[in-house]
Amino acid sequence: MHNANISELRAALASRKISSVELTRMFLDRIGAANGSLNAFITVDAGKSLSQAKAADARIARGEAGRLTGIPIAHKDIFCARDWLTTCGSRMLANFVSPYDAHVIGRFNDAGCVILGKTNMDEFAMGSSNETSYFGSVRNPWDLECVPGGSSGGSAAAVAARLAPAATGTDTGGSIRQPAALTGITGIKPTYGRVSRYGMIAFASSLDQGGIMTRSAEDAALLLAEMVGHDARDSTCVDMPAEDYTLRLREPWTKGGSGARPLEGLRIGLPREHFGEGLSGDVHAAVRAALVEMEKLGATLVDIDLKNSALSVPAYYVIAPAEASSNLSRFDGVRYGYRAPEYTDLSDMYCKTRAQGFGAEVKRRILIGAYVLSHGYYDAYYLQAQRIRRLVARDFETAFESCDLIAGPTSPTVAFKLGAKAADPVQMYLNDIYTIPANLAGLPGMSIPCGFGQGGLPVGLHLVGNYYKEGDMLSAAHHFQTATDWHLKAPVQ
Amino acid sequence: MDWEIVIGLETHAQLSTVSKIFSGASTAFGAEANTQACGVDIALPGVLPVINRGAVERAIRFGLAVNGKRGDNICRRSVFARKNYFYPDLPKGYQISQFEFPIVTGGSVTIIANKAEKTIRLTRAHLEEDAGKSLHEDFQGLTGIDLNRAGTPLLEIVSEPDMRSAEEAVAYAKTLHALLRWIGICDGNMQEGSFRCDANVSVRRPGGELGTRREIKNLNSFRFLQQAIEYEAQWQIDTLEAGGKIRQATVLFDPDAGVTREMRSKEDAHDYRYFPDPDLLPIEVGEGWIAQVLAGMGELPVERKLRFQREMSFSAYDAEVLTADWETGNYFEGVLQASLQGGEKPGQGDFKLCANWVINEVLAKRNADNLPPGKFAVSEETLGYLLRLVRSGDISARTAKDVFSEFWEESRARAFSDQGGSPENVDKLIVTRGLKQVSDSGAIEAIIDQVLVANAKSVEEFRSGKEKAFNALVGQAMKATKGKGNPAAINEILRRKLTS
Repeated sequence: MHNANISELRAALASRKISSVELTRMFLDRIGAANGSLNAFITVDAGKSLSQAKAADARIARGEAGRLTGIPIAHKDIFCARDWLTTCGSRMLANFVSPYDAHVIGRFNDAGCVILGKTNMDEFAMGSSNETSYFGSVRNPWDLECVPGGSSGGSAAAVAARLAPAATGTDTGGSIRQPAALTGITGIKPTYGRVSRYGMIAFASSLDQGGIMTRSAEDAALLLAEMVGHDARDSTCVDMPAEDYTLRLREPWTKGGSGARPLEGLRIGLPREHFGEGLSGDVHAAVRAALVEMEKLGATLVDIDLKNSALSVPAYYVIAPAEASSNLSRFDGVRYGYRAPEYTDLSDMYCKTRAQGFGAEVKRRILIGAYVLSHGYYDAYYLQAQRIRRLVARDFETAFESCDLIAGPTSPTVAFKLGAKAADPVQMYLNDIYTIPANLAGLPGMSIPCGFGQGGLPVGLHLVGNYYKEGDMLSAAHHFQTATDWHLKAPVQ
Repeated sequence: MDWEIVIGLETHAQLSTVSKIFSGASTAFGAEANTQACGVDIALPGVLPVINRGAVERAIRFGLAVNGKRGDNICRRSVFARKNYFYPDLPKGYQISQFEFPIVTGGSVTIIANKAEKTIRLTRAHLEEDAGKSLHEDFQGLTGIDLNRAGTPLLEIVSEPDMRSAEEAVAYAKTLHALLRWIGICDGNMQEGSFRCDANVSVRRPGGELGTRREIKNLNSFRFLQQAIEYEAQWQIDTLEAGGKIRQATVLFDPDAGVTREMRSKEDAHDYRYFPDPDLLPIEVGEGWIAQVLAGMGELPVERKLRFQREMSFSAYDAEVLTADWETGNYFEGVLQASLQGGEKPGQGDFKLCANWVINEVLAKRNADNLPPGKFAVSEETLGYLLRLVRSGDISARTAKDVFSEFWEESRARAFSDQGGSPENVDKLIVTRGLKQVSDSGAIEAIIDQVLVANAKSVEEFRSGKEKAFNALVGQAMKATKGKGNPAAINEILRRKLTS
């Protein structure tokens, strides 16, 4: 049952083959057995989960079930969930019990989903390997010596190891897509503004976007449909009705197209810049093979340019820390969260609280951010980075004149060993070189499993769509997954 | 040698919205600490600000009011920025304000100081949120934080350094205060902090370069504003004359000691690291919105003042006094209306009568009792009715004043909880006390005939050219009517009889 997809779980719940309580208990048992080695969850609370499951069963019994009622899902610990410890992977919030629900949590709760637990993550979502968490590194279920990617590494590991049918994630520079790639699962980050950020602890507000990590595009379509739509509590949330991505998932790309070549008419752009130096051979080979598969399914491959791609990483590492330095100012020891046990005066309380409450990577980014915003440097760094950001967006705009989707590798390498890059921030930052441009432009992106590389570790195929074209991406991914079985490979039985 | 004082004011006006600028929590004053602070106000992790449309609307109203309703000073696109600094009563570690792109740029306010009109130019006005309050007492070595005020909408109004004396600064602050109340965007309650000023003060030789300024923070009364500027300017002059230098600084005024004290110098000024707030979209103000706000706006003080001068031939001074605040102008117009018979058109004499009464009686009493604008112990209907009876000759002006004073006292006895008297009470008093004025010429003639007989000496003196004796005879006639004789009628009949 733990290998069943969400549609199958739905059917089982609807036919009373299994109850939500049973289903939840099964996943809680799996978590109990595996979390010791994976460290994918920060908080598990069987009592809370089971009482939600009980309520879901009652709702199913009353015949009032929605299509997700009774389905357990895990949530990245960046989403505030009422009465749940919500730590954001930090000592700073190690004692913070949220008094309210994030928009995303509220939506899933209303739909009748069960919260399976809160997943581990890089501290304040700053990291690409899940090694910056105050609660310890998460391990990759494909190889426990390897990282699962980050920052949504706990969610990725949980889904890959079948500890949860699906898990929420957030993506500021690749934090859904890169761990999805490194753990062999499907992860989608929608267009900026498509999912409300309300209740999602802010890292870099103009880049952060919530999304979903699943085992297939089909499951992602079903769950993402529940997350999108307008929320007046987030001013950057676009005022567009929700879209049911499941409706056209199976439709061929071109109306009336054939079942054998469902992607006929789809033009896939391959950015030259994403297939050059820095891309490891095993990943390149797997991605190429996947693109050949796409061609077989009818798609046309076209070369495109994302000229300013190389500038994305430096621009990102100005903008994201700038916003973070300000967003994280509220963690000051005054009202909630960690406060240093001993201090001499107010200034000392601030210094000690923040010195002790934040980890090294968070402090590094706060320092960078404060620096680039400071008087005399703002124009040279922050404004310059914003200019690059516009150039990157323009590159995509031009690219989408000659293609419908953009594809390439999600990450330059497969999962690397724990500690391998921890000492070299720049090497670590380059992990997100292919994913960051979509965040800068606000475009939707996803990663789907497309093969295996060195050490038998999964490789992800990166797809980027035009604004609000999540449906296109999901449909293309679904056709790919219908023709291939990479997404069905699991590190466990 | 002469010194010139140069003053610019930054005024924080609390906007009169029901809820906060970025959250739904109430802005009402005086609630128990931290009961009016929601998740957004206490900056819980994950919360986001949403702009209160009412705050923007009030800023637009202000923009219209300070440039003759043209609205070209209202920025069609303004941007919220974060001002970053740490303080325990600043929950987010930054204040959301406007920096590079404020909602209003330019405009002016006309003041009267030393009986002369002067235009004070405005640099800008921008929207921002207030911080909470640190409570240093009552916690024995600890500091309490009350976040009820956090997120209260403020309009910060920045003037050009156009004022040249403490008097001008106070006149500007008072005019601005009245204007904000007039257009209904700020309750102006200074005790509750709804209107507070920072004064930038420097001194220079007349015509010389601007001197180095020091900023006096947080002046929450007109008196402190005056005292602080006077002290600060004199301190700067003394310092310079003693060969010292002024260094740029922020100072606080200590009202008990009457002195300003340096809080921090420019060197330890914060770097606020302003940048556009990524949680909020730029505010776009379309022509339609401006037109809609304009349509909902009444007459401005300057418009009403000019109308009074034009339509009622008032002096600039009288017009100014009657339009000093919204309520006084309304009260005056209410009294005027109530003093007329139905359908009657007022004339110059009626305007003058009502204006004199409002200025000399009502405002004098209101000021003596230290009542806020808008608090009138006698209603406009009651006073208007009294004046209608004066105009018709039914009662004398003297009687009207006595009755008016009595009604005012009545209200004061109830601590001004409601207004004294009523038109019905006026009628009752006239009957019970026999206050009706004798205007009947036959009756007055008979009385005057007796007076002339009884005061032959005065008659003699008047006829030999002593005009003073006439007044004595009028006095006797008034006495004989027990004060109820119509003075105009007595005058006329007496003079006719004496000169015939």
